[in-house]
Amino acid sequence: MIRSAAVRDKPGRGLRTLRVYSIAVAFLVAAVLAGALVGAADLNPLATVTALLDRIPFVHLPSSLTPLDRAVLFQIRLPRIVLGALVGGLLAVAGAGYQGVFRNPLVDSGLLGASAGAGLGATIAIIYLAGSGPAAVPVAAFVGSLAGVAVAYSVGAASGSGTANLLLAGLAVGMFLTAIQTYVLQRSSQDIQQVYSWLLGSLATATWHQVAVVLPYSAVSVAVVLLHGRHLDVLSVGDEEARSLGMRPGWIRLAVVAACALAAASAVAVSGLIGFVGIIVPHAVRRLAGTSYRLVLPLSLLFGAGFLVLADTLARTVLAPAELPIGVVTALIGSPVFIWILRTTRSVRT
Amino acid sequence: MSEPTVPGLDVRGLDVDLDRTPIVRAVSCAVGPGGWLAVIGPNGAGKSTLLRAVAGLLPYRGEVSVGGTDLGGLSARERARLLAFVPQTPVLPPDITVEEYVLLGRTPHLGYLSGPGRHDRAVAERVSERLDVSRYAERRLATLSGGERQRVSLARALAQEPRLILLDEPTSALDIGHQQHVLELVDELRRAQDLTVVTTLHDLTTAGQYADTLVLLDEGRVEAGGPAAAVITEDVIARVYQARVTVTADAQGRPVVTPVRATRSHPRSP
Repeated sequence: MIRSAAVRDKPGRGLRTLRVYSIAVAFLVAAVLAGALVGAADLNPLATVTALLDRIPFVHLPSSLTPLDRAVLFQIRLPRIVLGALVGGLLAVAGAGYQGVFRNPLVDSGLLGASAGAGLGATIAIIYLAGSGPAAVPVAAFVGSLAGVAVAYSVGAASGSGTANLLLAGLAVGMFLTAIQTYVLQRSSQDIQQVYSWLLGSLATATWHQVAVVLPYSAVSVAVVLLHGRHLDVLSVGDEEARSLGMRPGWIRLAVVAACALAAASAVAVSGLIGFVGIIVPHAVRRLAGTSYRLVLPLSLLFGAGFLVLADTLARTVLAPAELPIGVVTALIGSPVFIWILRTTRSVRT
Repeated sequence: MSEPTVPGLDVRGLDVDLDRTPIVRAVSCAVGPGGWLAVIGPNGAGKSTLLRAVAGLLPYRGEVSVGGTDLGGLSARERARLLAFVPQTPVLPPDITVEEYVLLGRTPHLGYLSGPGRHDRAVAERVSERLDVSRYAERRLATLSGGERQRVSLARALAQEPRLILLDEPTSALDIGHQQHVLELVDELRRAQDLTVVTTLHDLTTAGQYADTLVLLDEGRVEAGGPAAAVITEDVIARVYQARVTVTADAQGRPVVTPVRATRSHPRSP
């Protein structure tokens, strides 16, 4: 009787998994379509969809889009949608990965000095490297973000094992870097506007070139994080018991933190600081699919991608022709959702 | 039981320091395969430290071997396939299910990038049925009672398919009935599967009832070792625990420890 119950359950679990993946993919497709159809230029929905499908290999569909409409779709909207999806997926996966590594539901992709380092790097680039081309700011943000994490990680690891040391070191390094950034910014107040608009995040300048630059880093970092889902599940029983199960928690932590830092830095480099995606998306996923990282990580990738595409669509349409910073949109949606999560999880965990 | 040639666990000259303070000093003890060794001693004697060192969780000097294999040369993963460790209060992540938790015990059998396969699920299922936890396979760990938690942790440890299982105070959170259930279960398992069992136990009478070898630690050293009747005596307990007890023998000749209260200076009113 017991055995039959256990056996009967297997397909049930597979079906549930299939269902949540279908929801995630449907959400992402809906977000992409919304992003492609909504905007200043009025594109015919049917023609847009057929034009999009026509780009899929081996699919040939005639579309009635004018050459101008095509340019709007493929050179303006689509790179922005794809970049937004990439950034959202990266931020959500990095947030989920950090939450697993630190066994702490409140940590985010900007952890360990990543955001502060990126902020400092971008500020320095905007103020002092204005003449050195458009690549200066993303490169400086990328380097700053990784350097922030590297310093925080080495300081934290040198002051003892365990996760609390790392988080505290990250906090200290982050505040230190933010202090320097504020000081630098204060000394050249004419750039404040530009720095702040970068800090709040934007996808307005998205190009296919940016997508191509970020793609390799994204692929590597996401692959490494996703491959560690099972290890993060084991880590949930604590370092000591994970070790007694033959795992090396220090090594897993280093690998996942490095990959998450790379993911977050790639995202930050092309989009600025976009908050909350790394917290609210993984939490929403947990409510839908449970807490196993083997599901939470890939689903965070899909939902994060869809969420940021939707947020960016709102950012560029709500006050059109002006644009809201996307960081403002994610925080406006994110804060109430986050409060709701706090309230409901308190009642679950006794 | 004939004297085995290859011990289930053999500890020789074990020294363990915590923060440069010696906690366990020159401890040697051994138990045959399928045997039960209970580590007893007062609070702070080094019982848990000894167990955690054997589990490979603390650095030590000396030799530890399981079934003739020296643990010193093994990787963490190889060690985890040989022995399982259940701490006094295992970390039970509140939101994962019993089924997922037991499956974590298969970790040392999995490659770095591979997930649990059909065989791993079958082992976890078999162990769960053996420990009668498959009835609540779908429940979240947060909803389990103390007795259920103990069984679930045992199931995870057994899913490692170890030859030696180390249990740190397996009964400390349980009432007397659940204590007996858990210890009987451990006893059945070790007899059925030739599993060597090492436990720390607070209760001396219980230790004498279940273990076939006892080792008494005091301030990190072995104070006495051997069968229960030789280790648990009024003398030894008075000296090591500074406790006043009488030791009598039960029907099987195993020692029963009864605390004795000092003569009252204030007679109780009727």
